[in-house]
Amino acid sequence: MILSFKMALRSIGANKLRAALTMLGIIIGVMALVVLVSLVSGATGTIGEAIAGLGSNLLTVTVTDDKGSPVRLSDLKSWVDSEPAVAAISPYASATLTGGRGTESDSFTVYGVTPDYYEISSQQLVIGRYLKNTDVDNASRVCVLDENTATEVIGYADCVGQEIRLGGVPYTVVGIIETEETLAARLLMTGLNAYVPYSALIRLSEDVGTNVTTFYIGPSEGYAVLDAEEAMKARLLERFREDENAFRISSQNLIEEAMNNVNSVLTILLGGIAAISLIVGGIGIMNIMLVTVTERTREIGIRKAIGASRGNILVQFLMEAVVLCMLGCALGIFTSWAILRVISVIIASTEMKLPLRTDVVLLSVAFCFLIGVIFGLYPANKAAKMKPIDALHYGG
Amino acid sequence: MIELRDVSKIYQIGEERVRALDHVNLHVYPHEFVSIIGPSGSGKSTLMNIIGCLDTADAGQYLLDGVPIEAYSEYELAQVRNRKIGFVFQSFNLIPKLSAEENVELPLIYQGVKRSERVRRVKEALEKVGLSQRAKHQPTELSGGQQQRVAIARALVTRPSLLLADEPTGNLDSRTSREIMEMFKELHSQGNTIVLITHDNDVAREAKRIIHILDGRLSEVKL
Ligand SMILES: Nc1ncnc2c1ncn2[C@@H]1O[C@H](COP(=O)(O)OP(=O)(O)O)[C@@H](O)[C@H]1O
Ligand SMILES: [Mg+2]
Repeated sequence: MILSFKMALRSIGANKLRAALTMLGIIIGVMALVVLVSLVSGATGTIGEAIAGLGSNLLTVTVTDDKGSPVRLSDLKSWVDSEPAVAAISPYASATLTGGRGTESDSFTVYGVTPDYYEISSQQLVIGRYLKNTDVDNASRVCVLDENTATEVIGYADCVGQEIRLGGVPYTVVGIIETEETLAARLLMTGLNAYVPYSALIRLSEDVGTNVTTFYIGPSEGYAVLDAEEAMKARLLERFREDENAFRISSQNLIEEAMNNVNSVLTILLGGIAAISLIVGGIGIMNIMLVTVTERTREIGIRKAIGASRGNILVQFLMEAVVLCMLGCALGIFTSWAILRVISVIIASTEMKLPLRTDVVLLSVAFCFLIGVIFGLYPANKAAKMKPIDALHYGG
Repeated sequence: MIELRDVSKIYQIGEERVRALDHVNLHVYPHEFVSIIGPSGSGKSTLMNIIGCLDTADAGQYLLDGVPIEAYSEYELAQVRNRKIGFVFQSFNLIPKLSAEENVELPLIYQGVKRSERVRRVKEALEKVGLSQRAKHQPTELSGGQQQRVAIARALVTRPSLLLADEPTGNLDSRTSREIMEMFKELHSQGNTIVLITHDNDVAREAKRIIHILDGRLSEVKL
């Protein structure tokens, strides 16, 4: 076995250029498989993390057509009180405003929410207090910042009581929450964030009115997201005259599910492409092996004349095909690794993890081995079947 | 040792049928040195290939050590070629990419001999043909006579009971031919059974027994 391995290496080494060209198909196939699958899983992994970070059990309602009876803050309150499955509802609106301390001005993303948002979004208070119902009732000029924003704008995080300007209006900082650490937060919500009472945001932004068009719902403990969803759906259907198209309820789980579907479809698709290129590579190997067998017919005859059995010849040529495949596979994995490293360096800032996935590597090794055997078998068998006398007399 | 009974071999080339061997009967006993002589195209190689189990007859029976050749499976035939027969060809038939010693080693590998034993026996066989100095050389770096000696070493290394040589001196000049023939005579004196094919009367005369072949028919020459 070791001997036939060495023999195979030698005869591959005897024709390096040809071997390299033959292996190219396999190398590219393996690279396609490893790099693409790693990229997809890396990307979906980080996006999935981001989604999970948003809080996994919240429902989002978007009203697209209010049929003349828009949703008001008071409606939200009454729904929370009357639906046992619903624990919290917060309107959600955002506006980009200039703001800052003193004369400085930066671009802020200002969110208009109610105290329920704290629970729904699983924010964590660090110092001070969160928004209160009275703040909402009075449209008080108070705001909650995240730590990052506080340090950026004021210079330190412990800044409860300080005043900043948002859209030219002075606001008092009443609380500081933790900065969201997820990738999505970094990608989507970098910059300066301030949370103010919904009623206050109405005054700051023309785009935000008393009619609530987007709100978040948190289900009660002991109730499934689906229960809350059903209850709210019934409510909203009643309100909007049984028109299902007037609003949209989506849950995070659905998004996650969709992500997973996309992920698996993508993986299958890319895996399929890679498999096809590997098979094409395999056909290349078969082709070259057939040429090799023909070229070496005389050698086969000699070997048979001095006592090589069918099995010996079969193993010899099969080994050559498999070694060729595995060498290509190893080179492919190595280049994939290099490519992934380069990509990770380029996108280092996003913290996307791109390790060489062991399962993918093992899969490609197994696949290459199989391809070597499958596509090597026909030429090897052709060699093994030759009659010694015919082989010896081939070409002189 | 070798017994051919009414062996015939017919080649069909298009419409034409060539009777390369015509009801051949031949008996070769252990430790004999037989030479078969005949003009080109008389069927010598065909006969040799059948004796060497490289080819099979179309009719008749071939018994090797009393066993009919049809009784062997393909795998067993490979074993017979490997262990019982040593073959020397006119055109040497060395594998060009392998060095002299690797060529000689090959039959031992197929026999499954251990590495240390292989090394020892290869060395021994190359010494016997006087080529120890050239062990690492590739066939292309050797002269015809040296190549043929490597081929003989390869045939001897398995210590076969039967040595077959198909015009071993056919591609060599007369001086090297004589050296090679000396080697065969010596091998015979050491107890090997040798069947040697040639079209050269001088070469044939070295053997104890000479058989003529013409158009696929044998006739014994009594000395
Ligand atoms: N593979 C073959 N196909 C067709 N005819 C062949 C083949 N081998 C040998 N012959 C014919 O058989 C006859 C005997 O050939 P061969 O045994 O090679 O003669 P020799 O070795 O005595 O020169 C010749 O007429 C040759 O043309
Ligand atoms: Mg001949």
